[in-house]
Amino acid sequence: MKMMAAFRTPKKLNRSFTVSFLLFVLLALFGSFMALPLLYAVNNAFKPLDELFIFPPRFFVNNPTLDNFYDLLALMGNSWVPLSRYIANTLLITIVGTAGHILLASAAAYPLAKYRFMGSKTLFSIVVLSLMFSPHVTAIPNYMVMSWLGWINAHASIIVPSLAFSLGLFLMKQFMEQIPDALLEAAKIDGANEYRIYWSIVMPNVKPAWLTLMILQFPMLWGTDGGSFIYSENLKTLHYALGQITLGGIARAGVGAAVALILMIVPISLFIISQSSVIQTMATSGMKD
Amino acid sequence: MQAETTVQAMKGSIHPKKRSRWAYVMSELKRNKHYYLLMSPYMIIFFLFTVIPVVFSLGLSFFYFNMLEFPRFVGWQNYSRLFLNDDIFMIALKNTFMFAVITGPVSYIACFVFAWIINELTPKVRAVMTLIFYAPAISGNVFFIWLIVFSGDSYGYLNGFLMKAGFILEPIQWLLDEKYILTIVMIVQLWLSLGTSFLAFIAGLQTIDKTLVEAGAVDGIKNRWQELWFITLPSMRPQLLFGAVMQITASFAVADISIALAGFPSVNYAAHTVVTHLMDYGTIRFEMGYASAIATVLFGLMIGTNMLTQKMLRKIGE
Repeated sequence: MKMMAAFRTPKKLNRSFTVSFLLFVLLALFGSFMALPLLYAVNNAFKPLDELFIFPPRFFVNNPTLDNFYDLLALMGNSWVPLSRYIANTLLITIVGTAGHILLASAAAYPLAKYRFMGSKTLFSIVVLSLMFSPHVTAIPNYMVMSWLGWINAHASIIVPSLAFSLGLFLMKQFMEQIPDALLEAAKIDGANEYRIYWSIVMPNVKPAWLTLMILQFPMLWGTDGGSFIYSENLKTLHYALGQITLGGIARAGVGAAVALILMIVPISLFIISQSSVIQTMATSGMKD
Repeated sequence: MQAETTVQAMKGSIHPKKRSRWAYVMSELKRNKHYYLLMSPYMIIFFLFTVIPVVFSLGLSFFYFNMLEFPRFVGWQNYSRLFLNDDIFMIALKNTFMFAVITGPVSYIACFVFAWIINELTPKVRAVMTLIFYAPAISGNVFFIWLIVFSGDSYGYLNGFLMKAGFILEPIQWLLDEKYILTIVMIVQLWLSLGTSFLAFIAGLQTIDKTLVEAGAVDGIKNRWQELWFITLPSMRPQLLFGAVMQITASFAVADISIALAGFPSVNYAAHTVVTHLMDYGTIRFEMGYASAIATVLFGLMIGTNMLTQKMLRKIGE
């Protein structure tokens, strides 16, 4: 009975206890399937080396230690390209890419959401259509465009295409549609031009959507390994460095686990902070008939 | 009536009939120039890296191009080679269809079912459960954990567990055995796939009009299944359509996970997909024309399936 307290008891509709219980069991079962690998990643980062290689393997850490993180710090100073460089590259790509995306997508979403003009419908249909295929489709010409622009082996090759991620524009536009027209009209009567309306009326009103675009864009850029665009070691990202560390074999297993934890904890914490805003934005995500 | 004729007369006098279309375009552009200006940074990048490449890729698929020599027109040759002479592509196509038919619908239904159960919980528990189900989708590279689970030696979790329990005596090479590779990639893909659509469903469920549910109860809806079918699903149609697009596109685009778990190329191409085939020709063999033909087929598959599904889902609750 105790765990059923988690369920809201609806006043009018008859909810059978048995079904609720079975659904709860299903949720708990799959919830643990989802959570266990992540918990394991957390546990691993705090395991001393002997526990990492114990047989049979153990899930939880017995003697938690911060050794792996100290080793990571030591490695940061000693490797050919310092690890701080990888972190700086990842931060640069992620922050510029995410902030730029929010700015550009919202600037484009505002006219599409609030006005009708020549081409507005066509442009939005193209954006919706582009949700229906993955970026892999354009990989070959993109590579040529990059080499033509001279962006091969530059961070721009990762950052710039991500600025025009189509899901972001779609969600932003859907969310902006609920800003009351009266608000915009009032601003216009007060003499504000379109750019001012965008910046000081629309933008503050779509804060939840900023966070949503962030939560979708951030993990993508945070997890990038540079793909086929980045060759120089000093331009590579943290995700790439993680791959290199784990290739270092048994001696690096602890450090690898520590880096993995850092890589995973950042996007998850961001989601914890922004969850309610994200849900609020997603409520408007639907595609209309 | 009077007013109408006046307007027409004025229009006629300002714009001579011959140039009217051009003039209309110009006046539209001028009148809305602020909007075009606001959209331009996004749209320039979007066209440069998404729209033009799709068209360009379509054109390039009719050429032989190796990045060194000038492209040579070959007509349908790339396509005929792809479908008639490329056995590996057939394996890739088969695997991709397996993902589309199994992980696509399963993840879509899972997104909905779990969002639906979670929605019955109190707000605090709901927030925690949402986090648990969504976390794998944003933790990125953490799927390497599954490499340890399915590791081929006795230190692997699954092997360790099965050996201890006495089901097997020798460790199984999970990721090197053709029999298991595809299934394992599918499981991990499912684990990662409760993403954007899951959140959209959670949000959609929270915004369902409560009075609708109450009215339904008055009208004789007896249990949660009837409520689900007659009220919840129809009210969520926009989110369901959006979620379908997300899940279908993702299920056709499986590549990174296959490469991370099974290697590139995987043993006997057991986890080869259309996307990894595309990577093979595009980034290793540099047969850009042929790779573009693969990309075009992939584009057709994704758009076709999405359109079809949209048509089907629009029928919900009708």
